[in-house]
Amino acid sequence: MAESTYRIQGATGEWEVVIGLEVHAQVTSNAKLFSGSATAFGAEPNSQVSLVDAAMPGMLPVPNMECIRQAVRTGMAIEAAINKWSRFDRKNYFYADLPQGYQISQLYHPLVGEGSLTIEADEKAGIPEPKVIGIERIHVEQDAGKLMHDQHPTMSYVDLNRSGVALMEIVSRPDMRSPAEAGAYLSKLRQIVRYVGSCDGNMDQGSMRADVNVSVRRPGDEFGTRTETKNVNSVRFVMAVVESEAKRQVALIEDGGKVVQETRLYDPDKNETRSMRSKEDAHDYRYFPDPDLLPLVLDDAFLEECRASLPELPDAKRARYVDGLGLSAYNAGVLTNDVDTARWFEALLAATASAQNKPEADVAKQAANWLLSEFFGALNKLGKDLSTSPISPEGAAELLALVGNGTISGSIAKQVLEKMLETGDAAGVIVEREGLKQNSDTGAIEAVIAEILTKNADKVEQYRGGKEALFGFFVGQTMKAMQGKANPQIINELLKKALAG
Amino acid sequence: MPLALFMGRDFRLGFNGKGCCMSVDTATVARIASLARIKVSEGELEAMVPELNGILNWVEQLGEVNVEGVEPMTAVIPNTLRLRADVVNADPLTGGGIRDAVLANAPAAEHGFFGVPKVIE
Amino acid sequence: MTGLTDLGLIAIRDGVAKGEFTAVEVAQAFNAAVAEAQEALNAFIVTTPEAALAAAEKVDATRAAGKELGKLAGVPIGMKDLFATKGVQTSAASKILEGFTPQYESTVSQKLWDAGAGMLGKLNLDQFAMGSSNESSAFGPAISPWRRKGDTAALTAGGSSGGSSAAVAARLCPAATGTDTGGSIRQPAAFTGISGIKPTYGRCSRWGIVAFASSLDQAGPMAHDVADCALMLEAMAGFDPKDATSLDMPVPDWSALLNADLKGKKVGIPREYRIEGLNADVAKAWDDGIAWLKDAGAEVLDISLPHSKYALATYYIIAPAEASSNLARYDGVRYGLRDLPDGANLQEMYAATRAAGFGAEVKRRILIGTYVLSAGFYDAYYTQAQKVRTLISRDFEEAFKQCDVILAPTAPTPAFALGEKSNPLDLYLGDVFSVPASLAGLPAMSVPAGLSSDGLPLGLQIIGRPFDEQGVLNAGLAIEQRAQFSAKPEKWW
Repeated sequence: MAESTYRIQGATGEWEVVIGLEVHAQVTSNAKLFSGSATAFGAEPNSQVSLVDAAMPGMLPVPNMECIRQAVRTGMAIEAAINKWSRFDRKNYFYADLPQGYQISQLYHPLVGEGSLTIEADEKAGIPEPKVIGIERIHVEQDAGKLMHDQHPTMSYVDLNRSGVALMEIVSRPDMRSPAEAGAYLSKLRQIVRYVGSCDGNMDQGSMRADVNVSVRRPGDEFGTRTETKNVNSVRFVMAVVESEAKRQVALIEDGGKVVQETRLYDPDKNETRSMRSKEDAHDYRYFPDPDLLPLVLDDAFLEECRASLPELPDAKRARYVDGLGLSAYNAGVLTNDVDTARWFEALLAATASAQNKPEADVAKQAANWLLSEFFGALNKLGKDLSTSPISPEGAAELLALVGNGTISGSIAKQVLEKMLETGDAAGVIVEREGLKQNSDTGAIEAVIAEILTKNADKVEQYRGGKEALFGFFVGQTMKAMQGKANPQIINELLKKALAG
Repeated sequence: MPLALFMGRDFRLGFNGKGCCMSVDTATVARIASLARIKVSEGELEAMVPELNGILNWVEQLGEVNVEGVEPMTAVIPNTLRLRADVVNADPLTGGGIRDAVLANAPAAEHGFFGVPKVIE
Repeated sequence: MTGLTDLGLIAIRDGVAKGEFTAVEVAQAFNAAVAEAQEALNAFIVTTPEAALAAAEKVDATRAAGKELGKLAGVPIGMKDLFATKGVQTSAASKILEGFTPQYESTVSQKLWDAGAGMLGKLNLDQFAMGSSNESSAFGPAISPWRRKGDTAALTAGGSSGGSSAAVAARLCPAATGTDTGGSIRQPAAFTGISGIKPTYGRCSRWGIVAFASSLDQAGPMAHDVADCALMLEAMAGFDPKDATSLDMPVPDWSALLNADLKGKKVGIPREYRIEGLNADVAKAWDDGIAWLKDAGAEVLDISLPHSKYALATYYIIAPAEASSNLARYDGVRYGLRDLPDGANLQEMYAATRAAGFGAEVKRRILIGTYVLSAGFYDAYYTQAQKVRTLISRDFEEAFKQCDVILAPTAPTPAFALGEKSNPLDLYLGDVFSVPASLAGLPAMSVPAGLSSDGLPLGLQIIGRPFDEQGVLNAGLAIEQRAQFSAKPEKWW
């Protein structure tokens, strides 16, 4: 495997950066991990808090099966070992957003063990070939509540709506060596959980956030001391944190200083990290098995259901698009990048195949090209995307079928699409109403051609004298005379015949 | 005190089976108290040190038990963990939407929040 | 109507059902007894005479309407102040929860109300159930109605369920709830001449009970006799989906199936419990118990529980460890006491609140628990203790291959005087016979066996197999029938 050549240039030479990510992904579930309160984003403060989440005396946790299931499915998607026997532990510390005084998490026996994912080659980003990034574990734990500091001069306010929401903590190996690799890893992880449906991946709503572990070393040396920058909530920021933190560490070491193992915060405005007010005992969490919960034992039927319900994953899908559907690697990559795009494409493909009564492979290119080169642009102009598209895959398939069976030409299809987006009407209705049907009446086309050849007798002369490039001119004139509605293939045939005349 | 003998040793001597004691000093007790977020005065601290040492030295007798190949207990009565269906507010006793009840006993509830002294992160 | 307060739970239930007296008359009689004794015995932290009356009125109305009555219809009971009761202060006998009014009802107390019982008040206990004498209560200890012959020294009613034992023994209520973590039902029952059973771990839901040590805490009834305990336990037990450790098993009709004939049963006598210099009165009661069980038809045999001597040390690692974490939620943010010194930050508020709110014994256990879980010590203490716990549990498994129940003293001594034991370890050692069954999650009960030479009650403990409350109750009944324990504390309050 080609190693990254990314280096920090210090005053004393080159430094290599070593990165590991701990990603917290909110599990998609209706209710919280250990209580029945809702998980919806943006509710009124403390309105989604049960007695359990508020840690009232005598309250007890009971785990939500869906949260366990989604974590197991995620583990399967990164081909990880699933631990049929796992346990919840308590991580003890005091903070206002932690009502129990401990977080229920998994330290000693996590639900999901060793796995990995592959980041794609990206020459431009300095990733010369695909790279496997190890994933040490995935465990399930409770989210904390939220503190608001700006609402009162001397008080902070506590909102426990998030308290107890299920998180997966996905811990990578320190296998990344550049900001680009870290960014690619996080993007890939986000892609996978969105495919699996275990997390919505909404980083701006905090559904996914990363703790970024960074250290530097001379290339090939032992690992250096790492810092952990908490709660970084975008791919771009993760890359920025790696870069700025690595540079800070290099400057510090070259200045004769030492990197302290500590927790840091990222300030996007200043593009720098700063030390969090360190707590002297922050690292003594006194983990021990939660005595309110028994060991979690999963049976084969449960695991089989988890596996059977896994969708086709992005790598497999991309390969199938290339090998099975004949799409270009580039198009396959774009179409599979996000699960929503892939889903839309596959619905379009199915509807198109059925509308044209052809195998999917025969219409895949048509559907892919239209989606990528026509439809995305058109939606973009309207400030919309697939999720807010006014046209359904079935509606689009109707349009493609009209092109496929020669009812309209490709250029007319563009006009029809615009009208569809404008009016919400079906393609067929628009074509009918606006009289956009393609003319395949050979007699009518022959008449027009005859007229054009007469009008341009000089050009006919030149063409026949060997200036064959003029053929396009005749096609254009004919099409223009027929308001673009003539069947271009028929024009071609008849023109050739007439010119050969 | 026959009971102390029954327990295998006389705890009052601060003796333990391994020869010496893992005893705590004032600094250690102060650190534990801080970890447990319990404020203790100097005087309390002084009093606690021998008390805690007495107890800790006594429990250290467990070190003499041969536990080779023995798993730590995980469930006192053989039982497996039941999982709940993913339904919101299925049981009102463990569901949300009860902000008034949640805040009813709060020392400082304001605008639907719990108030705490300002935290600087 | 003073005679009413001498009646037990079943007698009251039956009397109300037959119309011999009304539930309201019963409630009034007990309300009066509670009020009269409150100053002297300090058995209750809060009294709720109106709640007792309201429940009684409902029962009388139900009966008048000819509708079916609940299992405990018309029985007023005392509720240990560790059970959350909706709208009634639930303090765990701690300043840190003083004034805390739950907006919810614990599963067990709800089941009792649903069965027709009414609440006389919230009973005193050791703070957060940590203690064996009631002396750690922030509201002063409950005082035993018993006194030594020719002595007026105030004695402990036991702990932690000392308010419960004092109240039942003094006839302030026919029955009360208790919780048992290391003996907190059995030891106070033994000290006050009443019966009490801790069922198999998981029989009674822990939901809504202020937690002390989660892997050990179990609720159970305390009452005058075995039959009353059996009936009340039926009302308290049952599967609760809100408690992940709750047993999903049907609740047997223990009271209907009571049978003191022990023919074919084997009773084990653990040789390790027969310690040198055991209190002579306790040793005599134990011998009496052996004779009574033989008389009831049982075969008595010698058994070994070789790791018994490590049980106490194991307990005093595991229980404080769990407690240190369970009590982290008392931080002055969401409920209970808040001590916010001028200019204090959040962490300083925690430290001040917890310093002001927790009593000395609670602090001691939190510190021990924090220490044994802290970095570098976890394996040496906690993991080791959980391994020894496995061995203790295995000892019982082995023993129960030979015998059906185990007979032992409940406590090594009769009740002691308040203030007599100043060293915490002296107190801890009093749990020596009760802790092993707790560590193994086994059903265990204490029944009165007689009086000591200075006139104090002595209890015998029966330990059974997991889920075999019936076997425990039956052996208890056999002892009860032969012990003929009818002594009552002379009323001095």
